[in-house]
Amino acid sequence: MDTINLSSNVDWNFIEEVAKESGQNPSLCYQCGNCTAGCPYTQYFDYPVSQVMRLLQAGQKDAILTSKSIWLCATCETCTTRCPCEIDVAHIMDTLRIIARRENRVSEKDIKLFYDSFLDSMKQFGRIYEVGILLSYNIKSGHFLADSDLGPKVMSHNKIHFFPKKIKGRDEVAKIFERFQNKAKKHG
Amino acid sequence: MVDQKYAYYAGCSLEGTASEYDASMRAVLKELDVNFREPDDWSCCGSTPAHTVNHVFAAALAARNLALVEKIGLNTIITPCPSCMMAFKKAQYGMTKSESFKNEVNELLDEPYECSVESKSALQVIYEDIGLDAVSRRVTHALPGLKAAPYYGCILNRPPEVAKFDDPENPISMDKILSSAGVEVSDFAFKLECCGAAFGVAKRGMVNQLTYKVLSMALDSGANCIAVACPLCQQNLDLRQGQVNSTMGSGFNIPILYFTQILGLTYGLSPKVLGMEKLIVSADRIIRSRITVEEQKKIKEAEAQANAKKPEKKAVKEETKPEENE
Repeated sequence: MDTINLSSNVDWNFIEEVAKESGQNPSLCYQCGNCTAGCPYTQYFDYPVSQVMRLLQAGQKDAILTSKSIWLCATCETCTTRCPCEIDVAHIMDTLRIIARRENRVSEKDIKLFYDSFLDSMKQFGRIYEVGILLSYNIKSGHFLADSDLGPKVMSHNKIHFFPKKIKGRDEVAKIFERFQNKAKKHG
Repeated sequence: MVDQKYAYYAGCSLEGTASEYDASMRAVLKELDVNFREPDDWSCCGSTPAHTVNHVFAAALAARNLALVEKIGLNTIITPCPSCMMAFKKAQYGMTKSESFKNEVNELLDEPYECSVESKSALQVIYEDIGLDAVSRRVTHALPGLKAAPYYGCILNRPPEVAKFDDPENPISMDKILSSAGVEVSDFAFKLECCGAAFGVAKRGMVNQLTYKVLSMALDSGANCIAVACPLCQQNLDLRQGQVNSTMGSGFNIPILYFTQILGLTYGLSPKVLGMEKLIVSADRIIRSRITVEEQKKIKEAEAQANAKKPEKKAVKEETKPEENE
């Protein structure tokens, strides 16, 4: 963890942006640390979730958007459930991920790549195709053998399909993707 | 029998690596006389990846399915997978709370969703609508060798404002459902602790460490099996148990059963119908220990008779003890 000078690089608009997009009021946080105490991922975070909240209050956009924490959060909802100020902390973490993605500043490329492989499969078939997602991820990430040890296990237990299930309405699903992308382009 | 008719949304996992959850779910719902119908041509709920892109987009992917349910005139949907259920509940929550959010979501859809569908986990339907009496009435078999750690995972009951079911810190619905079927459950402190969720592929080491803790705590609670209600939890604990053993140097061999498979076993359903052979860590020991309720009764009576003779001996011992101490 780096030392951060809180009086420099302050981005006041960022605080507003996150508050508006998440519908939450980050200034309610009084740093009790309850969220961090219950967070199952905190040992893997570069900034514990309570520190992400503090950095947000201090307008530290760069530190937050380049942090690993926002991508390693699994939205397990423990923080939201336990926040005494009733802040939906997990929703703020989700909003921060969305902004990092939008600004193309993703610190955990493999996680985003896995999510993108998932969404590609969904756009193509309407439902997800597990084998296809894994293969697509392995090729794009360069981790060609990721989880290859599981292959014989799932095959011998007859747990996978070798072909994707395509639904009739896959065009309708693809249209949701397209309409969203067009709208996102329009609004920058 | 419940008069209400439900919609049933299996979700993608239940068509693939979690097909045994689907098979056992359908079999158990049938045993419990639950009427359900599947919406035609359902699509993926969007799950975790969609809500890292945009919340309106994620809600639209979920709402397409809710609109299909609305179209067939049903208003409650049984959603076995917690990830699908949370996608539906969050879409419903956002769209009923804010008119502008609802409009934005509907702009992305071919046919608008009017927000009349409530999604429930199978646990919620069985616990609240069908009831524990009905659960126990159908039991024909006992599993004397089984002690299950009920594992709920993160999002079946949380956040409480959205999930609106059971307790967000100490849920008991699965404990009670299994107990009602005569199954012994352990007091499991990690019943809500995260298994590593969708990070298995991209962050395998992290997930293996998190599941190691869940598996260890289950053993510490005295359980010899974990009961789950989520395909992702099941996959991380069962399919990846070998990875946990090789990376953490452990020797776990804990069967990870869907709670519907356990219920099905107590209802006398065949292991094949319940997809027991699809489990990676074998549950054969549990299946072999299955006996009929009558057999169990006889064993218990015999035990009671044997015990009835013992107290006399004990009493004698107790009488002699103080003397020894003196």
